[in-house]
Amino acid sequence: MAAPMALRRGGRLLSLLRACPRYSSRSSRPAAGLLKGRILPYLYDRFYDMEAFIDFGTKLTGWNLERKNTHYLRIQEKYGDDLAAAVFALMLKGGVRFRGQTEWYREHNRKRFCVDLVNYQGVPLEAADFSGSIISYEGLGSLVNLKALKHLDLSRCPNVDDWCLSRLHVFGETLEELSLAGCPRVTERGLGCLHHLESLRRLDVSDLPSVPCKGLVRILLEEMLPQCEVVGIRYDEDELTLPIEPDVHQGQTELLREAARVQKTREIPA
Amino acid sequence: MRGGVMFGRLRPLVAAAGRPLANPVEPRRQFRTGESRQRDRFRGYEPRGSWDFGKEMAEFRKKLKEALPGSDWNPLGISKDLPPEWADIVIVGGGIIGWSVAFWLKMKESQRNAIRVVVVERDLQYTKASTVLSVGGIRQQFSLPENIKMSQFSAEFLRSINDYLGFFNEPPIDVQFNPMGYLFLASEDGAAVLEENVKIQRAEAAEVSLLSPAQLQKKFPWLNTDGVALASYGLENEGWFDPWTLLNALRRKAMSMGVFQSLGEVMSFHCSSTEMVTEDGELINFPRIMVANVQMPDSIEYSPIKCSIVVNAAGAWSGRVAEMAGIGTGPPGSLEEIRLPVEPKKRYVYVWNCPEGPGLETPMLIDTTGAYFRREGLGGNYLGSISPTEDEEPDIQDLEVDHEFFQEKVWPKLAHRVPAFESLKVKSSWAGYYDYNTFDQNPVIGAHPLVGNLYFASGFSGHGLQHSLAVGKCITELILEGEYKTIDLGRFSFDRLIKGEQILEKNII
Repeated sequence: MAAPMALRRGGRLLSLLRACPRYSSRSSRPAAGLLKGRILPYLYDRFYDMEAFIDFGTKLTGWNLERKNTHYLRIQEKYGDDLAAAVFALMLKGGVRFRGQTEWYREHNRKRFCVDLVNYQGVPLEAADFSGSIISYEGLGSLVNLKALKHLDLSRCPNVDDWCLSRLHVFGETLEELSLAGCPRVTERGLGCLHHLESLRRLDVSDLPSVPCKGLVRILLEEMLPQCEVVGIRYDEDELTLPIEPDVHQGQTELLREAARVQKTREIPA
Repeated sequence: MRGGVMFGRLRPLVAAAGRPLANPVEPRRQFRTGESRQRDRFRGYEPRGSWDFGKEMAEFRKKLKEALPGSDWNPLGISKDLPPEWADIVIVGGGIIGWSVAFWLKMKESQRNAIRVVVVERDLQYTKASTVLSVGGIRQQFSLPENIKMSQFSAEFLRSINDYLGFFNEPPIDVQFNPMGYLFLASEDGAAVLEENVKIQRAEAAEVSLLSPAQLQKKFPWLNTDGVALASYGLENEGWFDPWTLLNALRRKAMSMGVFQSLGEVMSFHCSSTEMVTEDGELINFPRIMVANVQMPDSIEYSPIKCSIVVNAAGAWSGRVAEMAGIGTGPPGSLEEIRLPVEPKKRYVYVWNCPEGPGLETPMLIDTTGAYFRREGLGGNYLGSISPTEDEEPDIQDLEVDHEFFQEKVWPKLAHRVPAFESLKVKSSWAGYYDYNTFDQNPVIGAHPLVGNLYFASGFSGHGLQHSLAVGKCITELILEGEYKTIDLGRFSFDRLIKGEQILEKNII
């Protein structure tokens, strides 16, 4: 009795290893691996300890994200908002540019900065590049005190969502360039709050997977920000995805009509 | 033994190997017995089609399988949504408040399944529920610090909703939050009140900006600023979201944590009572709910739930639930006489299309007259309405929509404020109930002074959705720990009805 039972169990376990067509790459969700997509959920549903482990892991990830997005309060107290924001950007492997500089300043060794940042105390931070970093809503909190931020790059940030965009209203007077290219969680609902940014000159919204009707969104964005150049979306972006080519069909229908008429004219005398 | 079994299984192969000269073309056939003669004999006598032996046998076999231990089949035919026989906490009403309370109770319990929570909901399609018929707004522009704090808590919850309600290996929950803010317009008379309110809101760290008519005109060129003296505009944590997604996410998470859902309606309570004498010699009766009787839909049977605590989260109908516990039925002059002043009031919402209307930057706009509207999607659709005045309060028997009301009351006001709305087309409309507190338009939260195990969470007067998440947590703290920890909602207790102290909220839409 035991052998067939084990075999049956084993069969059920083995079936997990087979790829399931339902979860193919066509679904909108990022394709999960074998371990994360099938084995862990199976164990999660059946064992309380696995559930606890996985929940703990999720919490750990969240806690780590929170830790990396905390404010540098001591630096802020000692050296001011601009330096605190600069250190925050450098710790997230980003880049900064102070007023009067033409080059981005980036740091590869995050334990020990090459340039003494204290020299820049009192110089306003003009540009911050967070592209590809894990900056989140809480992390944006260390930027909101900046008075002269002109350029902000948030492209390809996985944790930037509509809530983050609603926090950008503080830069309404100063911000001139904003890049949101490739943020997977930004939607048209969040883009609506960018109307606070009155001095915006350039907005990069290319490759936003969560935004529907991209051509329409571009038109609405340009209406909302008349002085701003919106790049990254073509007006005909939606039409391109449609498979129908109207010209070809028009030609065909006319040809058909022509053929029908010819046939009719032939039929009548007969 | 094992070898024997193995051999037994391999026998056909062995046999085949032992018959090398057998005809290979002949297909191998399983051994099967023929059909029984017994059945053949019956077949002739029965009228065709009326009684199929095979079908009956299949049915019988299925029932036999279901009746085996481990399945929930019962010969008496019990419906699935029957409530359990006993529960620690019964929540009357499965709207957003009820499920929020259930969720927080399960979040705060000391260990898994420490308390048994039942949510009783009479209509799981939510056809009349205020939750899903609401406009789904959330704002911080209130005049009471408690209301501001509750909204802030809810906004924070919605922001990190996946940490609270998300499931492992499931797509993240998207409540479709539109962070567009509320824009309150005030006339000359209302400007002072608005400014005072903004002061209170800023003290609670809400990001609200005051705009003059000129600034307003610059920011929203489509707006007509006639008669506007001042405007307040919420910058963060304000907007609207999809209530249905939130309700389902809460329900799913709560049920996964072990909350029982019961389809039915609480029709009556069984109370035990204790009599006590005051110093003046007055006799006071303290009832205590022991059993809640739940009636199943399409049935006359009651199913009792023995319970220790009842939470009244029945929304617009919570006045009726309170009456079942004897609140508001006593003789005049006694404490029992004071009823829960929560009544359903019908409010209309209209959806219209206006291609020339305001664009992507449209906030939830509240006019000086009380009319409001917001954008819905990108296709030039808008929705909005106005609360009727007291003397034109519509009949609450059904959820029919009065289209004259839009033509006469709503449209002129909106078209005056936004000239583009002079040409519009109404596309659809619906109506929903406010759980209107006629006493002071603020919620009644907390235990009843006489019926000590009946907790209220109702009377939100249209703000239930945006306050639900905070209220759930606060009620949970009150039940499990005996005091408020997150937000002190002591001012909203039932005692204020007895004392007759109104707490008035100035920003009611």
